Amino acid sequence: MLEVESVFKSFDDFLAVNGANLSVEKGEIVAVIGPNGAGKTTLFNLITGALRRDKGRIIFKGEDISELPSYEICKKGIARSFQVVNIFPRLNVFRNIQVAVLSQQRRSNRLFRPAHHMAVEETNSILESVGLLDKAHRIAGSLSHGDQKILEIAIALGNEPELLILDEPTAGMSPEETSATIELIKRLTQMRGLTILFCEHDMEIVFSIAQRIMVMRYGQTIIQGSPEEVRSNKEVQEAYLGGE
Amino acid sequence: MYREIIHSKWFRFSAGLFFILLILPLFLPRFYVYILALIYVTSLLAMSLNLVVGHGGLFQFHHGVFYGVAAYTIALMLKKTSLPMWTGFIAGPIFAAIIGLIIGWFCVRLTRLYFGMLQISLGSLIWVIVFRWYNFTGGDDGLPGIPMPPILSPLKNSYYFILIIFVICLILMYMILKSPFGNTLQAIRDNPQRCEAIGINVRRHQLIAIVIAAFFAGVAGVLFVVLERSVFTELLFWVLSLEIFIMCLLGGWFTFAGPILGAAMIVALRTFVGIFTEYWTLILGVVLILLIFFLPEGVMGFFQEKFKPQTKEMVHRGDL
Repeated sequence: MLEVESVFKSFDDFLAVNGANLSVEKGEIVAVIGPNGAGKTTLFNLITGALRRDKGRIIFKGEDISELPSYEICKKGIARSFQVVNIFPRLNVFRNIQVAVLSQQRRSNRLFRPAHHMAVEETNSILESVGLLDKAHRIAGSLSHGDQKILEIAIALGNEPELLILDEPTAGMSPEETSATIELIKRLTQMRGLTILFCEHDMEIVFSIAQRIMVMRYGQTIIQGSPEEVRSNKEVQEAYLGGE
Repeated sequence: MYREIIHSKWFRFSAGLFFILLILPLFLPRFYVYILALIYVTSLLAMSLNLVVGHGGLFQFHHGVFYGVAAYTIALMLKKTSLPMWTGFIAGPIFAAIIGLIIGWFCVRLTRLYFGMLQISLGSLIWVIVFRWYNFTGGDDGLPGIPMPPILSPLKNSYYFILIIFVICLILMYMILKSPFGNTLQAIRDNPQRCEAIGINVRRHQLIAIVIAAFFAGVAGVLFVVLERSVFTELLFWVLSLEIFIMCLLGGWFTFAGPILGAAMIVALRTFVGIFTEYWTLILGVVLILLIFFLPEGVMGFFQEKFKPQTKEMVHRGDL
């Protein structure tokens, strides 16, 4: 479904992504791991078009998307959540998601119809599946950090993506919130048939839900494989797991 | 579709207010009728600015240009061409929207302060053209004595004309703000990066918003000519743009009707304090300083905050 072929990205003299390779098949849960500064977030930014790659190809469903702006890539079926909470703090929870749903339905440019009757069902179904329905009218900025991270994922769901990219979905969460989020991610893949690509620092989470793992260091792909393969790989043990 | 709005307290209040404004000219002396009409025109201008500043988060620093361009368009058409008069009324806002499209097309490519600075330069360019082109625009003399359709000649009639167009524009702007377009615009204000990520073409959306705002500023420009029967280069000068910016700040960025309050305050200050001293801006300055420290959300924002339980209820009803 997604193929990242030897992609490079540098900031001034710093090579953030240095020939990374990644492939994601439909229906998989794939994790990208690596030490801080390994280039995981930059890689996600390249895939979603938030940054433009210097070299290499990014292919989604057989189409080269490496030159497209992020809003076009979103319309191709890739949605993402962000590492740092990135919501619409002044809007209420319902409208946070509704904006994404309306964008997905190509209705963002309707001028003279009231929006509050639009996409109500779709939005509420997302709110229900992530468990935020009872907080639909809260102003998003007033939610707890854990709920904001959930909302973060819920906004991405509004775009009905085929591939959902989650950048550290449980960062800063309490243990209870973390396990609830993991359950949520598992449920989403089953219910909505989502393909998920995520990165995460917590190895327990990674090994409990990822079907395949890609390890990055210094912007390079060290290995791509099943959790067992990754666990038993010497280079990974030395570079990363051993150091934990 | 707007049934719940019609039944709301808020609607009844507005309808009552509208009725009062309709009968006011029957009692008030001419001068106050004129001031009221001037407040409507200025309010419309300030609200059109707030569409992109308060609700769109854009650094629209030179909004006055669109107002002035429309005023000059209708003035020149009525004075120098023999086209039917109504064409001038239509051409004003449309030409303002076209200028909005051109200036906006360049500006949306930049962000925040750079956006604002570029807009000031492009706007000032238009001001210089109007200022220097004596034999066409009258330069700094302006264009006095613009002919009007006879039906608009009595002040009372032009008052009603301005009031009705003003209310129509208010309704249209309200609808736009409550539409998917308006909601998306507010989402862009809050978080443009996230909007790109959920598939919104942020620049195009902002550009459309600027064109819409320029159009409404153009309507205000036309109404100004209806009221004043003359145009002058101050209409395009950046000082005016700053003034309407302050009106939005005074009234409250994030409210719908705030700019009306801001415009009314400034027009009243200039008129009634201006009689006693030409340094009325000194009082404005003090008011502004107090405001920024004590009511950062503007006067209207302050009242909305104060009566929160009611407004919250309205949000509830408005959203589902």
